[in-house]
Amino acid sequence: MEIDPFIFRLSIFILSIFIGYYVVWSVTPSLHTPLMSVTNAISSVIIVGAIIAALAGSTDNVFETSKIFGFLAIILAAVNIFGGFLVTQRMLQMYKKKKK
Amino acid sequence: MTANLSALFYLISGILFILALRGLSSPETSRQGNYFGIAGMAISIIVTFLSVGTFGTGFIYVLIFLVIGGSIGAFIAFKIPMTAMPELVAGFHSLVGLAAVFVAISAFLKPDAFNLGTLGNIKLASLIEMSLGAAIGAITFSGSIIAFLKLRGIMSGSPITFKGQHIINLILGLSIIFLIYFLCVTQSSNIFWSIVIISFIVGILLIIPIGGADMPVVISMLNSYSGWAAAGIGFTLENTALIITGALVGSSGAILSYIMCRGMNRSFFNVILGGWGATEQSNNKESKEQKPVKNGNADDAAFLMKNASSVIIVPGYGMAVAQAQHALREMVDALKKNGVKVSYAIHPVAGRMPGHMNVLLAEANVPYDEVFELEEINNDFANCDVAYVIGANDVTNPVAKSDPQSPIYGMPVLDVEKSKSVLFVKRSLSPGYAGIDNDLFYRDNTLMLFADAKKMTEEIVKSL
Repeated sequence: MEIDPFIFRLSIFILSIFIGYYVVWSVTPSLHTPLMSVTNAISSVIIVGAIIAALAGSTDNVFETSKIFGFLAIILAAVNIFGGFLVTQRMLQMYKKKKK
Repeated sequence: MTANLSALFYLISGILFILALRGLSSPETSRQGNYFGIAGMAISIIVTFLSVGTFGTGFIYVLIFLVIGGSIGAFIAFKIPMTAMPELVAGFHSLVGLAAVFVAISAFLKPDAFNLGTLGNIKLASLIEMSLGAAIGAITFSGSIIAFLKLRGIMSGSPITFKGQHIINLILGLSIIFLIYFLCVTQSSNIFWSIVIISFIVGILLIIPIGGADMPVVISMLNSYSGWAAAGIGFTLENTALIITGALVGSSGAILSYIMCRGMNRSFFNVILGGWGATEQSNNKESKEQKPVKNGNADDAAFLMKNASSVIIVPGYGMAVAQAQHALREMVDALKKNGVKVSYAIHPVAGRMPGHMNVLLAEANVPYDEVFELEEINNDFANCDVAYVIGANDVTNPVAKSDPQSPIYGMPVLDVEKSKSVLFVKRSLSPGYAGIDNDLFYRDNTLMLFADAKKMTEEIVKSL
């Protein structure tokens, strides 16, 4: 009997929740704000869906409704990707050790 | 690029994202972690371009929009002051939510582009996944907008409550589930749109009853939602990178919410069902205001601290509002020159988001190894000469340990009162967010410094 590929994706999903659980507990509390901004940046990987929405299908009409939603999503996700990673970087640069 | 090959690359992206979070376990590895995250994102985007494989006019438009969005994001990231981080994060969450909604709409309108079937005949599993993604995304979007407005001060931070609020939320929540069921049966686009619109309303209703000081929980919760929305879309698109990321972000936000709730000794439901401020106000307000307080000025404070051997600083949201972190750092530098040992004590829910105080102190060049969490430093108050409380209130209230009647009873608090003397910088004697009088104001070893946090700290620097 064949296993539905959905089950594989579900397995990945559930295992990732566990990984997330252990990884996030090991994040030091002083970095909780950068944690939020970086999780925010990586969740913008949703841009892959936006790119597919904007490009896939027939190439003759660039501006059909479904593609316009794709383009809008690309802008939103791009704001987040660049904004999220850069602001995280800016914050992390500020964490310094005591000068001895 | 074949589907199998791109799936492997998406897996690599997912692993890089895990490493990005892993890096945050210490400040030294964190910057490297961020580069892993950026690499993972770059791989995902390039692989997506290659697997779609059309490089016509559409591709040019995609690049243009990427650059537009990217420049806006970069501009914001460089310009934003650190004190505005909570509203920035809330704003970013709303964008992820809305992007998820848009991708779901696009997938619903043109399922063949995503291999999900044809319009009006979408695969059942995909339909459930995309409607869940759209619903959670919409809740994240409108909820984050409300959180943003509250944090920005455009909307009042006080809870907005009305009768039957929870019942309305429940009905709307259930109706989303019913509509998803009917969507699966009928494939009607009207039902799909209704799901999106009702979810927008639920997001607003969910956040308006929550007060300003509970924002750390709200932001963490919305962080978690944005993850679940991404995961929902990930299942729709059968994309491993999105599924892994969604799960990571979802559990990350959930853990942060848990940590924040624990910091207030409240259950998650207690927080999201409405604020303290709304329910527990006005008990014995009158009787206590008569009590005498010791009132001091900057010279007194400077004298006390100069002659101390150790000082612990307790910052709170008031420090962020007054932008007093730089002045504070100057004060600490002056104290250190006098041979005083100084450390900082951070309560988990100080500020408006997890880790808010740490970022502000880091911005003011305070070394992170002088900054301690509640459990690490709480025993040190007993051996410390002066506690300098700047902009914090409820998190220092000893009533949480002594009075079982108090709404904050059981909340972990900093044992500020155990130090030999307490300097309390505050504009007035008004109670904090929880609406409870702080017993600390009236203690013999407390000196109240009535002023703006920044001005007072600057004056102390002058007299040191």
